[in-house]
Parts: sequence; C-alpha cells; structure tokens
Amino acid sequence: MMSKQLDMFKTNLEEFASKHKQEIRKNPEFRVQFQDMCATIGVDPLASGKGFWSEMLGVGDFYYELGVQIIEVCLALKHRNGGLITLEELHQQVLKGRGKFAQDVSQDDLIRAIKKLKALGTGFGIIPVGGTYLIQSVPAELNMDHTVVLQLAEKNGYVTVSEIKASLKWETERARQVLEHLLKEGLAWLDLQAPGEAHYWLPALFTDLYSQEITAEEAREALP
Amino acid sequence: MDRFVWTSGLLEINETLVIQQRGVRIYDGEEKIKFDAGTLLLSTHRLIWRDQKNHECCMAIPLSHIVFIEEQAAGIGKSAKIVVHLHPAHPTKEPGPFQSSKNSYIKLSFKEHGQIEFYRRLSEEMTQRRWENIPVSQSIQTNRGPQPGRVRAVGIVGIERKLEEKRKETDKNISEAKEMVELSKSIANKIKEKQGDITEDETIRFKSYLLSMGIANPVTRETYGSGTQYHMQLAKQLAGILQVPLEERGGIMSLTEVYCLVNRARGMELLSPEDLVNACKMLEALKLPLRLRVFDSGVMVIELQSHKEEEMVASALETVSEKGSLTSEEFAKLVGMSVLLAKERLLLAEKMGHLCRDDSVEGLRFYPNLFMTQS
Repeated sequence: MMSKQLDMFKTNLEEFASKHKQEIRKNPEFRVQFQDMCATIGVDPLASGKGFWSEMLGVGDFYYELGVQIIEVCLALKHRNGGLITLEELHQQVLKGRGKFAQDVSQDDLIRAIKKLKALGTGFGIIPVGGTYLIQSVPAELNMDHTVVLQLAEKNGYVTVSEIKASLKWETERARQVLEHLLKEGLAWLDLQAPGEAHYWLPALFTDLYSQEITAEEAREALP
Repeated sequence: MDRFVWTSGLLEINETLVIQQRGVRIYDGEEKIKFDAGTLLLSTHRLIWRDQKNHECCMAIPLSHIVFIEEQAAGIGKSAKIVVHLHPAHPTKEPGPFQSSKNSYIKLSFKEHGQIEFYRRLSEEMTQRRWENIPVSQSIQTNRGPQPGRVRAVGIVGIERKLEEKRKETDKNISEAKEMVELSKSIANKIKEKQGDITEDETIRFKSYLLSMGIANPVTRETYGSGTQYHMQLAKQLAGILQVPLEERGGIMSLTEVYCLVNRARGMELLSPEDLVNACKMLEALKLPLRLRVFDSGVMVIELQSHKEEEMVASALETVSEKGSLTSEEFAKLVGMSVLLAKERLLLAEKMGHLCRDDSVEGLRFYPNLFMTQS
C-alpha cells in the first residue's frame, strides 16, 4: 500500500523534474520561490545530495558546487580581510570564477549555499549590516557587541571610539575591548595617522578592493 | 500609511515579540502625521505601533507586506530613521488609520535612539521570514507578494507584458511544484506514523525515504547514529578516496577541505554538507581507518586513525622552541599546513600545557611553557 503510493509519487516527480529541470538551473527567481515554498511546507530540498529534489531537479548540484566556490573565494581572500567579506564582493568574485557560460547566480543563492555550509563546522556566519550582509568564514568569536560595531562601520568602512560612544552610548572601555578583539582576529586594521583620533578600518568593507582579482598565488594558497 | 490596520496590540499565540523601542514617530512618506510619539514593536509576524499617550491607539502592518527597508542616518537636529517600503494594501484589508495614501512607504523616526538594533532585528526577521512557517490566526494576513492588478511605478507596455507572462508561467510552475512537495510531506508523515509497527531494517529503509524527500531525520531507534544505508556506503567510499590525500597532508584535513576535494573530484551528483557530516560520523563505528574529530572551537577534521595529534603536539613544541615563539601563520608556513589546522594544533599544545599564549593586538603568539619545563 505504502510502496504503491511511493511509486506513484516517484513517477509524478520524474515527470515534473523533466519539465522543470532547465528552469531550476536557469531561473534564480524560480529557485527562490521553490525554496521558500519548500520551507513553508517543512521540506529541505538541499538536505541530501541523494534526495529526490537534488537528484532529479539538479537543485542539489547547483548549490553544493556553489558551496565549493564560496569556500575557495573566502580562503583565497582571507589574508586580506581576516575572513570577513561583504555579500557583494563574494558575489562578484564567485561570478568571475564561474566564467561567461555558467548559470546566473543570485545573492539569494549564495546565502542559501552558505547556510548549508554551516554543517561543516567551518564557522560560516551571516551578519546583517546596513542593507546587506557580511559573510564570516573563519571560526572567530563574534558576539552581539562585535556585530553592532561592524554595522556601525559599514557606512564609512571604518569606525572610531568616539563614534561608538556617541551612537551606541557605550563606555570607552567597552568600545576599546570590542575594537581590540576585531584587531586580534585580523578583521580590523589600526590607522593611527588618521586625522583626529585612531581609525579602525574593516578591510571587508573596502569598496575599492571589490574589483581586485584573486591572484594565482592566492588561489594556490587557498587549498593546499 | 493606508497599509496599517487597527489592532489590540496583543500578540497572537505563536507570535513572539522580537524587540521594542519607545519614542518612535511615523511619517507617511515624507509627511509628518499626528502619530508622533509611540512604542514600536517588532514581532515574528508584524510591525506594531502604539501611541504612548493613548494606549487604545494601536496599529500594525504584517511583515509580509514589506518589500524592503533602508536606513537613514541621523543628522543635525534629525533622528535616525528606518524607511519601510510596502506592497500595496490588500483590497479586503481591515480598517486602519488611513483609507488611502499616495505614498508606498513610511518612515520610522527614532527620537530616543535604538535605530541600529531595531534595524538589525527587522532585517533578520525579513530574512528568516518566520511568519511563513509559524501559523497564527486569520486576523494577521500573511499573503505574500504583490496582489493581482497592482499598480506599477514605471511602464513600458511591451516589456511589462512579457514580464507578466513570465511571472504567470513561474507561478504556474511553482504551484505544480507545491503540489509535489505537499504530497511528499504527507507521504513522509504517513511513514512516520507507521513507526511503531516496523522492524529495524524497515526503519532504516524508511529513514532513507524521508531523507530523500528532504525531511530531516526524526527516527529515534538507531543502530548507527543518524546515518542511513546511503551514508554507510558513502563512509566506506570516503575511506577509500581520502587515504592518499590525508597521507599527503600529514594525516589530517579540515572538513571544508574534504568537502571541496570530494566534490571537485565527483563533478556531478555532489554531496551535500550534511551528507558528508553524516557519513563521517559513521567512520569510527564502521571501523574504517579514518575518523571525524571535533575540536573545542567547533572546527571539524578528518584524521587517519594512525594519526596521533597529541604526538604531533610534541614536535610542534620543538618547532616553537627552536624559533623562540610563533604565531599560527608562521607555524603554518614552516610546517606546510593550513593556518586553520596549525592554529588548532597550537591550541591543543596549549591545552596540554606545553605552550603559553601572548594575546595582543599584534596577534596571538605562542611560547614554550617554561613553567612546565623549568620547575
């Protein structure tokens, strides 16, 4: 009785898959809607590469491969930004790596792939800042205090102790501790020659680094 | 402003409060209106505003009606604001403070600060979209997306028509997909219900069905942890594939490296991160020559059974002593390891008492622990 139902379902699914396989691969909007709809019903189509959805629709391969590309970009750029990168920059670098003939990849696709990568215990995190996200790819401890300072820094790419005290109403000591932690983790750089007081820059937020290529050496270092 | 509906302000069952902030003023587009001092509440489902002076005056917007949000920094004499862009009001919407409005956005002005944290939480709720998974009563509309016949801001008729057709086509495909997914869920539930009457073997088989339908493993009776037949096979395959790469890398690799290596080699029919983890969890139980290890930091690695990380620590101590002191990066370069694993080894050495740390803004540096060696 049960197996009859399953067989019927499998046949329906195969038909459905052959109709929509192309669309899933080509249409980011369809992917978003498909994923959201599955989430509403309580189904995770990306849970296993051996699943109906991933195998038949090819949804799985699309996201798992994207995961590999994301890991490689983050590793290659880690020495520059300490393991923190904006979603925009990640998007640009991933698109470059995929080449002209690859399928279109949206920021939503990246976010979903990254959420899956968390299972590998890699320390992948997604931090909302301004209107976008910072992607963390190293297991650095970032609590709410650190996150809030990162968000403050998003506007100008840097932050100062005075700014933190004015906007967040913190004591000097609390501000300094957070900034020291970011320095230690390699996420922030100290600029003592800035006008006024010391500036703490976040390389992850440097917009003019966006278009810089990943060098061949960086790519080699990424995965020994 | 015509999107708001009057409400009692009481949260529904399953609706949770996320954050609230006093001293918030609402603007209809750019215009100031009479709602100038209220408490703004964010729940999993709605944005609610209650007048501070008159608590009966309370209104809400479902989060599903928000298209996107922006921040507006504070200026001289001006508070920081959040701009909320909204979908048009539903034709059958309940009554609210305004019947109509020419604006498709509102502004929330934070006169007593709190804008940064509120914005962060609102962004999170917009990302997580919990209202889609947590049903509440009908009075909170959770209709998603634009309604049919919505007015567009710009129009070039031919292109619009094509886009509309494409949208309709996508919607049709989505509703087909939805039927399939709902069917899979109901089948999965039926399988779960049969749990009591089946044997061990059948349990494993049904777990596979559930997993393949994208439903996380709910079964309690287990022989091999959360694994299935598929994961057992995969574990054996991995043992074969990873033997040589592990030997080449000093007997240890992070799970991230393994994920990339294995999937690059496969080319298609790739493994999901969960597949990999579930298979690796079975390595030891299946008595394979590799094992999964989780460090205190949460970093996960695969080690050869023959690899003794604790012994590697002894040689790490020698290396650090020779150089006086080393950072993770320096050690990684010397030994030819990834920085991630180098750091884990030095941390383990510290845990075992062989190394001490010097944690400064210039980085984390490790020294031989002279308290141990020179007592």
